[in-house]
Amino acid sequence: MKWDKLHCAATLEHLALATEFIEECADRFDLAAKKKFGAQVAVEEAFVNICSYAYPEGSGEIELACGADGDAFVLEIADKGTPFDVLSLPEPDTTLDIMDREIGGLGVHFIRKLSDRVSYRRENGQNILRMVFQRTPVDLP
Amino acid sequence: MDIQTKKEKNATVVTITGRLDAVTASEYEKKLNELIAGAEASFVVDFDQLEYISSAGLRVLLATAKRLKSKGGQMRFANVKGAVKEVFDISGFGSIFQMDDSVDAALTNLPA
Repeated sequence: MKWDKLHCAATLEHLALATEFIEECADRFDLAAKKKFGAQVAVEEAFVNICSYAYPEGSGEIELACGADGDAFVLEIADKGTPFDVLSLPEPDTTLDIMDREIGGLGVHFIRKLSDRVSYRRENGQNILRMVFQRTPVDLP
Repeated sequence: MDIQTKKEKNATVVTITGRLDAVTASEYEKKLNELIAGAEASFVVDFDQLEYISSAGLRVLLATAKRLKSKGGQMRFANVKGAVKEVFDISGFGSIFQMDDSVDAALTNLPA
C-alpha cells in the first residue's frame, strides 16, 4: 500500500493541519462526504488524545498516514509516547440525563462508531491506531 | 469559527458558524459563560451554519447547558442537521438537549 504521510508536533495548534490533510486524502480517494466527516472527527479525537496524554515529559511528534486498500480508505495515526491503547477505555454511558452526564469520555466512542474498523498495535516504540473507512457501495439500478 | 449573538424578546440567539472543535470549543465556552454571567437566562443556539463538531465541541455544549440549568436558565438548539446531527445522535446528546427545526420554533418553545 502506498502511503501519504504528514508529520507534525503533537500540539493542538496543528490540529487544523491534520484535519485538512485527512480531507485532501479522502477527496483523492473519493470517500463519500458522510464518511469523510467521520474520518475527520475520528482523527481529531485520536490527535487530541495524543496531544493530551502521549508525551507527559514534554513535546513529541504525531505521524499521520493515509492509504487506499481496494475499497478501504486506511488511516493510521502514530506517536512515540507512553504505551497506551486508547481502545482499552470503557464505553461512556450515553443514556444518562444531562445533569448526570460526565463531561468527556466520548472521544474513543466516536473513534469506534465513526470508523468501520479500528485496531491498535504497539510497534517499534510507537502507538499506532489504524482506522478503516469503507467506500460506500453504490447500488446499481 | 464565528459566533454572533442577537437579543430577541424572550431569549438571546447564538449563531455559530464553521467548526466547533478542540481548538475553537474554548471560544464558545468563554462567550456563553460571559452571557450567562450577564444574567441572560434563555438561549437559542442556531446550528444552521455549523459545518463540523467533535467531542470537544459537544463537551462545551454540555458544560454550558449544565451551568445554565444550575442557574435556572433554559437553552434550546435549532437547525441541528446533517453530519452534525449524526455526531449528536452517536453521542446520545441528541436526546438530552431540546431541539427545534427553526430558530422561530425554538423561541416559541421558550417562556415568553
